[in-house]
Amino acid sequence: MKLITAIVKTHRFDDVKQALQDFGVHGLTVTEASGYGRQRGHTEVYRGAEYKIDLVPKIRIEVLAEDADADAVIDVIVAAAHTGKIGDGKVWAVPVDTVVRVRTGERGPDAL
Amino acid sequence: MNGADTAFVLISAALVMLMTPALAFFYGGMVRVKSALNMLMMSFISLGIVTVLWVLYGYSLAFGDDVGAGLLGNLDHIGFKGISPETLTGGKEGIPVFAFALFQMMFAIITPALMSGALADRVKFSAWSLFIALWVTIVYFPVAHWVWQPDGWLAKLKVIDFAGGTAVHINAGIGALAAVLVVGKRIGFTKDPMRPHSLPLVMLGAGLLWFGWFGFNAGSALAANGTAANMAMNTQVATGAAMLGWLVYERIKHGAFTTLGAASGAVAGLVAITPSGAAVNAFGAILIGLVAGAVCSWAVSWKFKLGFDDSLDVVGVHLVGGVIGTLLVGLLATNGIGGATQLGRQAAGAFSVMAYSFTVSWLLAKLVDKLIGFRADEDDEVSGIDQAFHAETAYDFSAVGGAAASRSTATAPAPAAGDRPRTKKVDA
Repeated sequence: MKLITAIVKTHRFDDVKQALQDFGVHGLTVTEASGYGRQRGHTEVYRGAEYKIDLVPKIRIEVLAEDADADAVIDVIVAAAHTGKIGDGKVWAVPVDTVVRVRTGERGPDAL
Repeated sequence: MNGADTAFVLISAALVMLMTPALAFFYGGMVRVKSALNMLMMSFISLGIVTVLWVLYGYSLAFGDDVGAGLLGNLDHIGFKGISPETLTGGKEGIPVFAFALFQMMFAIITPALMSGALADRVKFSAWSLFIALWVTIVYFPVAHWVWQPDGWLAKLKVIDFAGGTAVHINAGIGALAAVLVVGKRIGFTKDPMRPHSLPLVMLGAGLLWFGWFGFNAGSALAANGTAANMAMNTQVATGAAMLGWLVYERIKHGAFTTLGAASGAVAGLVAITPSGAAVNAFGAILIGLVAGAVCSWAVSWKFKLGFDDSLDVVGVHLVGGVIGTLLVGLLATNGIGGATQLGRQAAGAFSVMAYSFTVSWLLAKLVDKLIGFRADEDDEVSGIDQAFHAETAYDFSAVGGAAASRSTATAPAPAAGDRPRTKKVDA
């Protein structure tokens, strides 16, 4: 199993979620995140005092997938999140040892 | 008794009352989340403290018969002694003294509250409360007497201050500067970002201030007449023009028309037209507004150059705006009054109030600091004084966060006397 983590632009999130549902992903976890990559922050002005806001708001999506599906899920996310502009985000996957469904106690792929 | 005038003054009193909570919103939105409630409370508490002091001796000190030289009222009316519902100001066509005293009470309430913005995020609530009690007693009540009691020395000097440019705005602005110099800067001033946490709240506050200011300015005619109508018109005109002045300056200098700039410009215009609005025509009001908006927009940058942390720009908006309105009316006053002589009187009024208020405010702030310490503990300031002094948090956005806070008195009866909230020590 793999844990796929995606950092995407906030306004792309709905499309990513829909694409994952259409692909057959049953569950995901979403967090509001902030950070920066090549896309740096912006400047805000309050009564002439300029503040450089370094961190940009992003959506962090976490999805668990079976090894065989992982690459396809990643492709789905990348396709849905893509705008071609700087700041589109990143997607990565890491191996997962164990998954347990809390309600039933099922383990491994059955718990996905 | 004049019924129309009485009704107008009573309604105006209620409008001015609304300005203090409006000011609380205006300032409250501008601070960071961790001290938003404290900012609201610094204004709101004035509605309690000054109301009581006004009845006890404030009205008498400000509007009692002069004790000599136009400096202070006597104590004949402490506790509203000698005033009944039938007592009228002026002659048979006057208004009840209670209507006048209620209206003026609202001015005494908002003036110390204006200073609170300069001290955002960092003072003890108990120290602030003591400070404003002392400040209205020794600074505001006498200055109101100078300006508005017919025997007051600035009134006799023929200084034009229709609704409080000197007594309210210059007075509070320079008092705030003195207090800031005693209390010192916020931790992280000019280094940490100190963004307003809610600009919609600031805009709401500015809108309500604008609304209430019709009572403040037009109501100061103390009669439902042409002077009040002219003042109301000029209040609107100068405020609109000042918003434009601020925004244009800001767009040229900083590249954007900001919401905070629109709200601030409006308040700067309201301040500047306060002393002047009854003595100028509508074009004078436009000029006063434009100048106040543009100059105050520049003035709010002074604190960074000079290094004093007037957190929410009480000096840049109220002192500078008050001085602009007070001086410009000397030149722009109609009916042949405006000119060099009147400008000299206006300058004398503005600078004598500044000198008195700055000196006494500085001494009072020092006194409070010596007695109980003005400044919050460093830990409290960094983590947020809402919890330290009010045992509350302004916003609960997260259901999870709310559920994580267990209720210590969920099923128990009221806590025994002496129990303190669990979160943190409360500043008593």
